[in-house]
Amino acid sequence: MLDATMPGILVAVEGLDGSGKSTQIRLLNQWMVGLRLRVHFTEWNSSELVKGATRRGKKAQLLTPTTFSLIHATDFADRYERQILPMLRAGYIVLCDRYYFTSFARDGVRGCDSRWLRNNYGFARTPDFTLYFRLPLEMALNRILEGRPRLKWFEAGMDLDLSPDISESFRMFQGMVVEQYDRLAEEFKFTVVDATRNVYEQQQWIRSLISRHVDLSQFRTRVPRSH
Amino acid sequence: MIVIEGPDSSGRSTHIQLLAEWLEQNGYPVTQVGLKRSKLVGRDLERAKGGNVLSPRTMSLFYATDFYDQLENAIVPALRAGSVVLADRYIFTLMARDIVRGADLDWLAELYSKAIVPDAVFYFLVSNRTLVDRTLSAHGVLDYWESGMDLGISRDWFVSFVRYQQRIRAEFKKLQAHYAFDPISANRTIPTIHNELKERITRVLRKAYPTHPIPSTTGPDHVS
Repeated sequence: MLDATMPGILVAVEGLDGSGKSTQIRLLNQWMVGLRLRVHFTEWNSSELVKGATRRGKKAQLLTPTTFSLIHATDFADRYERQILPMLRAGYIVLCDRYYFTSFARDGVRGCDSRWLRNNYGFARTPDFTLYFRLPLEMALNRILEGRPRLKWFEAGMDLDLSPDISESFRMFQGMVVEQYDRLAEEFKFTVVDATRNVYEQQQWIRSLISRHVDLSQFRTRVPRSH
Repeated sequence: MIVIEGPDSSGRSTHIQLLAEWLEQNGYPVTQVGLKRSKLVGRDLERAKGGNVLSPRTMSLFYATDFYDQLENAIVPALRAGSVVLADRYIFTLMARDIVRGADLDWLAELYSKAIVPDAVFYFLVSNRTLVDRTLSAHGVLDYWESGMDLGISRDWFVSFVRYQQRIRAEFKKLQAHYAFDPISANRTIPTIHNELKERITRVLRKAYPTHPIPSTTGPDHVS
């Protein structure tokens, strides 16, 4: 049990804001919980450790592309070493809403050196499944923009000075991010999910994909139900 | 850009203070930077070190964030504006600490590859005996991290402190093969060390500002 093996399975979802990936991974998690599998779900940028710094940095616009990237790497390392890796060692299925590809794509657009980015995250294991939710840019933009949201400064790429109009900046930034994602998809052999299909169909497709490749019976929880 | 590296209680901050006065008296504006001083994460980092939640990798990246915030928001603008930057420790301390905790040198070298190469790095070398004496007489107590207590070297803080400092020194020696440091024997008196630093820095200034008059290496008065 204490050897270097990682009997767990690592599943990550990636894609643009508005691609529906968070909904899908939540449904995947529910399905696995229902099957009483050992499963753990974790989200990008959710560690308590750097929350204060991220909030302050974003508010005061103190962040440069370098520090924006590093603060996310710190957050990731904290979750990776205390949750993701131990879970994989213990034989869990770990579901990640965004993985280091998010940094490769976004920070790449912001001009961070790709070799530097990959080195920073070089300690982390490549996912067994990287589900890339692909859909036409306009569709993703409409999903986000039609709700007339209050777009956040960094999420809209306002730091890149693409446009003084925040919606326009968001459009342009997302367009640049999707180019990066497409390139990464090829390089890292992402599993492309057709995110134009309805939510139910996508979920069935994903569940059947996982069932085909993973012997889920290996992941049944050993702890008896409390009720 | 001038860096002073060395363990706690080796006299770094005293000498940085003296050098800053000397430089400014000679007309060179000085900007001081150091570890954990970034506006972005300095306080969070300090707080996180108080708990026992940081894995070594997280700590590396947290310190790197702190470093790059100061690099981009303080060091680079200061150098552009023609200031002398005095750094109370730099990436080398961070790298040595991380290597002792199992980090890979190549990973660290790439992580810090965007740092500015200093014009001079003075590494304060202190014997174990002196370091122990100074630490205890200055603080009356050993620091958890400076004693490497997180490494489980020994339950005995004194033993852990001595061994940890030896390991750090060994790593600095290895780093010296990649990066040029000027070793400074810090077992000597403050004025002796200060004079040596002034001499060496004068050479750096002459190279950086060939047209400026050579700064006077006498004073400040209270050092003699």
